[in-house]
Amino acid sequence: MATFPLPPTDQGHGDVSWTEAQSAEIEGMIARYPEKRAAVMPVLWLAQDHFGWLSLDVLRLVAKTLELPPSHVLSVATFYTMFKKQPTGTHLLQVCHTLSCDLAGAEGLITRIQNKLGIKVGETTADGKFTLQRVECLAACGSGPMMQVGTDYYELLKDDTAIDAVLDALASDNPPSLPRPEMDQWTYTRKS
Amino acid sequence: MDLHQKVLSRIWDVDGSHTLDVARANGHYQSLEKALKMQPAEITEEVTNSGLRGRGGAGFPAGRKWSFIPGPEKRGGKPVYLVCNADESEPGTYKDRFCMWNDPHMLIEGMIIAAYAIDCHVAYIYLRGEFRPVQARVDAAIEEAKAAGLLGKNILGSGFDLEIHTHLGAGAYICGEETALLSSLEGERGQPKLKPPFPAVEGAWRCPTIVNNVETLSAVPYIIEKGAAGYREFGTEQSPGTKLFSCSGHINNPGVYEVPLGITMKDMIEKVCGGLPEGRTLKAVIPGGSSVPVMTAEEAMNANMDYESIQEVGGSYLGSGGFIVMDDTTDMVAALTNLLRFYAHESCGQCTPCREGVGWMYRVLQRLCDGVCTESDLETLLDLANNIHSRTICFFGASAAMPVQSFLAKFRDEFMARIDEAATSLAAPLPVPEGVLDQGAP
Repeated sequence: MATFPLPPTDQGHGDVSWTEAQSAEIEGMIARYPEKRAAVMPVLWLAQDHFGWLSLDVLRLVAKTLELPPSHVLSVATFYTMFKKQPTGTHLLQVCHTLSCDLAGAEGLITRIQNKLGIKVGETTADGKFTLQRVECLAACGSGPMMQVGTDYYELLKDDTAIDAVLDALASDNPPSLPRPEMDQWTYTRKS
Repeated sequence: MDLHQKVLSRIWDVDGSHTLDVARANGHYQSLEKALKMQPAEITEEVTNSGLRGRGGAGFPAGRKWSFIPGPEKRGGKPVYLVCNADESEPGTYKDRFCMWNDPHMLIEGMIIAAYAIDCHVAYIYLRGEFRPVQARVDAAIEEAKAAGLLGKNILGSGFDLEIHTHLGAGAYICGEETALLSSLEGERGQPKLKPPFPAVEGAWRCPTIVNNVETLSAVPYIIEKGAAGYREFGTEQSPGTKLFSCSGHINNPGVYEVPLGITMKDMIEKVCGGLPEGRTLKAVIPGGSSVPVMTAEEAMNANMDYESIQEVGGSYLGSGGFIVMDDTTDMVAALTNLLRFYAHESCGQCTPCREGVGWMYRVLQRLCDGVCTESDLETLLDLANNIHSRTICFFGASAAMPVQSFLAKFRDEFMARIDEAATSLAAPLPVPEGVLDQGAP
C-alpha cells in the first residue's frame, strides 16, 4: 500500500479563499451530483490547480466549502497519489516504471534525467524547476518509455536526443509547444 | 479470416474524428435515432443476443448486466445511474484512451442508448486522473452533442432526457474496480465494497447502477445499427465481435489494434504486432493485462485470441486485452518483481491478506533479485499467493496472486537459478538488504 507523508504542519498557504469565479465553478461542480460530498475530488483538483499543492490550510478551505469534516477531506486527499500533499518543482516529471515501460527502457530514461538534471528520484533541482518521481502505469504502454509532466504525456523517449529535447524545452522560460499527446502521431503510422 | 475488422476504430484515421461534424458525416448518431424508436427492453435483448461481453476485464455479458436493473415498481422511486469506467489502469492496457481521444462521440452515442435501455437520466464517465487532456476532449464532445439536441432534455424529440458528466480520478489503480470506482465517485476513498449487493441493485448513492467499460459502451451503436447477427459476423460463437488489443513489450509495432476475436495468437504476434525484433525468440506473453496468468511461448503459439481459447490453452484470461509480449532477453524474476511492486503500491489497504501479503510477496521477490534467498522463499511466495487469492473483498488480491502463481509454475527454473546462484555466492550469514525495509514503491 502506498504511504505518503501528510501535509507539513509548518508550511502552508495561510488564510485562503476562493475567487468569485471559482465559487461559481464549485457551485456547478456540486450540481452534477446528488450529494454535495461527491464534489470533493473536483474541488480538490481545482484547489490544486490554483494553490499549487494541498496544504492543511487548503484542505480546511475545501472542507468548509463542502461542509465536510476536515478529516474526511484529508483522508481523500491522502488516498490518491495525484493530489500533492507537498510542494514540488514547476515541472513535475513522473516517469512510468511499470512492466511495459520497463521492457521498453524506463530505467534508461530515469538515468538520463538524473544525470542531466543532477538530481535523484524524489528530489527537486536547486532552481525549483524540476522534481523527478517514479510512478506506476500511466496507460501509455505501447509508447514507452514515457513520462507525464504536469498534465501532458511525453512518449517514445527512447534515446538521449529525444529526452534532452523535452527537458531543454521545459527548462526554457518559454517552452515551445511539443507534440502531444503522441497518440495523434504514432497510432496512425500503424494504419492497417 | 481477415486480421483487421474496424467497428470501434472505424473513423480513427479520419481527420477531426473527434468532432461532431465528422462523426455525423460518418454515420454516428443514426443508431441513436433507431434506438429511440425501439422499446428499452428490445435494446437490452439485442445487446444480450449480440454476445457482447464486458471489455474492461471481467468479460461479463453486457446485456445480462443491464437486465439486472430492477423494474420501476421495485426501485421505490430511486433513480438509475450509468457509469462509464474510463479509469483504464490495468498495466498493459491503453485502448480506452484511444477510444475517447479519437472517437468520443461513439462512446457518447453508446452511453445514450444504454441509458435509454436502463431508464437512466444522469450518467457519469469516470476517467483516471492522468487523462485530463482526454477529459477536455470528451467534455467538448458532450457540449457539442448537447448543442445539437443529442443530449439534455427531450433528445431528438423522443421525450427522453439524459445528462452526462465527466468525473476525474486522481491516481489509484483500485478505482478501476467497479465498487471502488463508485466509492470514489461518491467522494470517498476509492475502496471496494462487498458484493452482493451488486451495483445493478445498489450502486452509486445506493441506487441501481450499471458500470460499463468505455469499449463495451462504444460497441453498442454498431450492435443497434447492424443487429445482434451483424455483430456476430465477427469473432467466434462464444466470443463474438471485435476487440481492441493494446500491444506492448518486445514487438516491432506496438499499438492499439482492433481484431475479430478468435484469430490465432501467432498471427497476432507475427502479423498484427509486426513480430519480435530481429534475432529474438518469444519467451512469454501476458495476454490480458498484468493481472492475468502469464503464458509460455508454446501456449501462445497454440492459443487463439478469444475468451475460451486463452483459458483452455494458456490457463489465463483475455481480460482487458493488454497484450504484453516478452522475448528471450526478459528476466522473468525481474519482470514479476516489477509487477509485484505495482500491486504492493496499489493495494487499497482495506483487507489484511492483500495489504500485508502483497507487500510481503514484493519484498521476497526483491530478495530474489538481490540474490539473497533460499529455496524456502519460493514456498513462502506460493503460500502467500494462495492465501491472498479469493480471500479479499475485491478481485485485487487474486490479481496480485495470479502472476506469482503462474510465473512460479511456468518459469520455475529461472527462479531456481537465482537460488542456486545465491547458494554458491553466499557462505556468510545473509545481510539485510536495504530494500527489505522499504514500504512499497519508492
